[in-house]
Amino acid sequence: MFGLKSIRGGVHPETKKDLTSERSILTALPLPKKLYLPLSQHAGVESRPQVQVGDKVLKGQLVARSGGSLSANLHAPTSGIIAAIEPIVAPHPSGLPAVAMVIESDGEDRWKDLPTLNDPLDLSPDELADRVEEAGIVGMGGAIFPAAVKLRQGRRFEIKTLIINGSECEPYLTCDDRLMQEQAAAIVDGARMIRHIIEAYEVVIAIEDNKPDATAALKQAAAPYGMINVINVPTHYPMGSAKQLIQAVTGKEVPAGGRSNDIGVLVHNVGTVYAIHQALRLGRPLISRIVTVTGACVKTPHNVEALLGTPVRDLIQACGGLTAHPARLLMGGPMMGQIIPSIDSPVIKGTTGVLALNQREVNEHLPAPCIRCGRCVDACPMGLVPLEMAKHSGADDFDQAQDFGLRDCILCGSCAYVCPSHIPLVQYFEYAKGELRERRNNESKQEYTKRLMDQRNERVEREKAAKAAAKKAKKRASRKTKSPAESES
Amino acid sequence: MFTATLVLTALGLLLGWLLGVAAKVFAVEENPIVNEVESLLPGSQCGQCGFPGCSAAAEAMVEGTAAVNCCPPGGRALTEALAELLNVDLNSLGDAPVPQLARIEASLCTGCTKCYKACPTDAIVGATKQIHAVISKACTGCSKCKDVCPENCITLAPEPVTLNNWHWTKPEAA
Amino acid sequence: MNANADLPSPAPAGGGHRAAPYAHDRSSVERIMLQVCLALTPATLYGLYLFGLPAILTFLCIVLAAIATEALCLWLQGQSLWRLKDASALLTGWLLAMSMPPWCPWWLSASGAFFAIAIGKHLYGGIGQNVFNPAMLARVALLISFPVQMTTWVQVMPLGSDIAPGLSQSLAIFFGEQGIPDGFTGATLLGASKAAANGGASMAELASRDYSLGQSFVGNTLGSLGETSALLILLGGLWLLRARVISWHIPVSMLLSTLLLAAIFHSIDDSLYLDPWSHLTSGGIMLGAFFIATDYVTSPSTNTGKLIFGAGCGLVLFLIRTWGGFPEAVGFAVLFMNALTPLIDRSVKPRAYGRDRRGNAIKNISARKVQ
Repeated sequence: MFGLKSIRGGVHPETKKDLTSERSILTALPLPKKLYLPLSQHAGVESRPQVQVGDKVLKGQLVARSGGSLSANLHAPTSGIIAAIEPIVAPHPSGLPAVAMVIESDGEDRWKDLPTLNDPLDLSPDELADRVEEAGIVGMGGAIFPAAVKLRQGRRFEIKTLIINGSECEPYLTCDDRLMQEQAAAIVDGARMIRHIIEAYEVVIAIEDNKPDATAALKQAAAPYGMINVINVPTHYPMGSAKQLIQAVTGKEVPAGGRSNDIGVLVHNVGTVYAIHQALRLGRPLISRIVTVTGACVKTPHNVEALLGTPVRDLIQACGGLTAHPARLLMGGPMMGQIIPSIDSPVIKGTTGVLALNQREVNEHLPAPCIRCGRCVDACPMGLVPLEMAKHSGADDFDQAQDFGLRDCILCGSCAYVCPSHIPLVQYFEYAKGELRERRNNESKQEYTKRLMDQRNERVEREKAAKAAAKKAKKRASRKTKSPAESES
Repeated sequence: MFTATLVLTALGLLLGWLLGVAAKVFAVEENPIVNEVESLLPGSQCGQCGFPGCSAAAEAMVEGTAAVNCCPPGGRALTEALAELLNVDLNSLGDAPVPQLARIEASLCTGCTKCYKACPTDAIVGATKQIHAVISKACTGCSKCKDVCPENCITLAPEPVTLNNWHWTKPEAA
Repeated sequence: MNANADLPSPAPAGGGHRAAPYAHDRSSVERIMLQVCLALTPATLYGLYLFGLPAILTFLCIVLAAIATEALCLWLQGQSLWRLKDASALLTGWLLAMSMPPWCPWWLSASGAFFAIAIGKHLYGGIGQNVFNPAMLARVALLISFPVQMTTWVQVMPLGSDIAPGLSQSLAIFFGEQGIPDGFTGATLLGASKAAANGGASMAELASRDYSLGQSFVGNTLGSLGETSALLILLGGLWLLRARVISWHIPVSMLLSTLLLAAIFHSIDDSLYLDPWSHLTSGGIMLGAFFIATDYVTSPSTNTGKLIFGAGCGLVLFLIRTWGGFPEAVGFAVLFMNALTPLIDRSVKPRAYGRDRRGNAIKNISARKVQ
């Protein structure tokens, strides 16, 4: 019933999903002694701690509250004691410090009292959105945008299609695949709740056609509910990018600078949907997630259910440890993931995978000059001209770079993947985007300080004038009192 | 021969006339360039460039005695705008000074309010006999506070790199 | 933030690492260049067979001189000689050799190769920076400087045949001690048609009398190495298309525009204008369409741009062939369009997702706001 539209460009990297796709998710990992919860695991500002060092916390207890509109709540992944709130090395390529809450587990893993819940489908959408916010759920596909914000935005529009994104186009990653196979009913249940919240007309669960088992499981789970369609989309990177998936499913494009709401579509990742099910049906906040631990350097690659804050080292240990020193240790997939500075970096809400890749898998070479072959232009799913964008970014000519498409770039890495000269195109774009952001900040700061200065000058003038007036008045007054005496003499 | 001469003469006259018209019609009105430069500058009179204020710096830039990248708060964007306006080759410039932020060492501050009064952008908060603090969002790094501080407790340092402002550097060219 | 004293300091430049992606396909510049060379091999071997030992000497001389010049230029720029590995000089030399008369004396061959690499490529800043196709630039420079030598075409005399020159004679021809014997040379179809057009002879008559279309297509005809067998060049080109080294846009639009123009003019007056099939099978048009015009560096990078570029090449080619002063015009046509490439690239951009052709955001806002 769905005439699938093709997406532009894209690449077909080796999927390498067979490393983990046939093995079930490892649950019940040994409890880590210490968990590290960075206060910033979401799009917005840091969360604000609600507990103090030394406090005892229970599993699922709120430990840090959302610090602003795009921020999110944090909950204790296990029971224990707050050992410290201090900077740790952030799970981020910069290796910069980030403040984190360190929880020393007491080994009991005792839940807080979970509320007994009515059927969420009987509650009002606003109340459900509040609960999703309370549970600290963010986009689990790696976008880490607070789910409740997205739901509330969606409520303000007429959403025709709710797309549940199970495409998982990144090579290696199978966390969504396994979750769909093992928790199909929960995902369908979560999808129904989201539909209830945003009052969508129809639900489409879109899965890349290299996951027949997940498709079958969801089809079966969704069969009783008429408005949920499970469809296959072609295996084609970056199909999982929201914009591309919307194009493939609905044939519509999200207007540049706009949101999917504008065309009546909302996309949620299956991991997010599962978390929403957990929160609304069982009252459990987001304290764990499925992580694909894989790569040629991992002994027995697996998907694991990891508590947030678990050091990557523990996950790799659970998968038999490393067989060789990895050339690259990544969080996320190889196309858009990020290198992490240390094997002790903790799992955060957006950690879809932990990849320990060897040199052959990374296939990195020294860059050579661009030969203008245009393969990047063909590969770009957004219809941009990466070679020109990189050339102008390299020359710090950001206006030109924007003109050739930098403003629309989704950093999917398709261009750099195919570049025969091995030019790190995405890094050029990251650099240019960062510089542009810095300039914008600089400009707004300048405007701000200019305004402050004008205000100050005005104030100083006013004070001066007031002072002068007061002086004058005083003088006049003294002259007045003096003058009669003078006239007398 | 005669026609060729005639055609070329006519062509020359026509084109010359066109050029003349174009020069009149599309004439660019020359702005007083110093004003133009000054309007680009931040205007906070911070003095980090070493000149008493933005207009003095603008004059120096137009005369060529100051480099177009001498304004740290303006950053690279300003440098580029100025370089284009004043026709300066960007590659000929040395490293630009980095914008600075003031920081008050709380343990030394006596709350004398001198810095508070000197700050041109009201970036210092605090009252008499209370420790002062710098709002980095409003600080231009002009060092006026540092100059008046009797306790020498104000330092200027470049803005620290954090997760919020870090970004990938430019790849080394192939 | 005092507690971070024992943390590693923030790594400069992302720890010397690169940003994502941390995966890459197996492509490389070297692989692309070698694939093109491979596609040229059948036509080259056949051409070398047809023109014998002197042609082999010329071919080797051009290719080796190109590589030597590349090495020299890299060394002068203080760059690693490993750069030779990208095989770009090999390909440039090869393409030049394909477009030169088969029996070139060594000095003509070597200076052509030197011109192509040193002036055509490195003077512009090296690989990827040149505006014009280096091989064509060199060919045209030689054509203008040495018109006689560059238009001396030898008759087909396959290796091992009675008339083929022996080793000593070949060496003598190669080193310029002996000129090419008069009886060995002839005129190409396009050259003859030009002469015929000037002399007022009929095209149809000419084509049917001395030049067989079939022969020209298979390659049993005189010309440069790349002009002999249109068939083998076409096969090589098709393989490149299949291997996705080149895209169809430039060859198709170039061949089609030439074909179309030739067909139109031939139908207007078949005594004045050569028939379209002769246009397609003779001269370097196949080599030009599949191997020369498709040069990445000097052609547009977008598909629409490539179509425009190819059509332009075909147009200029036809114009020069028909009314210009030179019988063969692939080099000029490609160079002319090379000059327009930056302009095409500036003005033709693909339509970006979520935007219209002009780059404005599409107005596809169909969802009404819920109050």
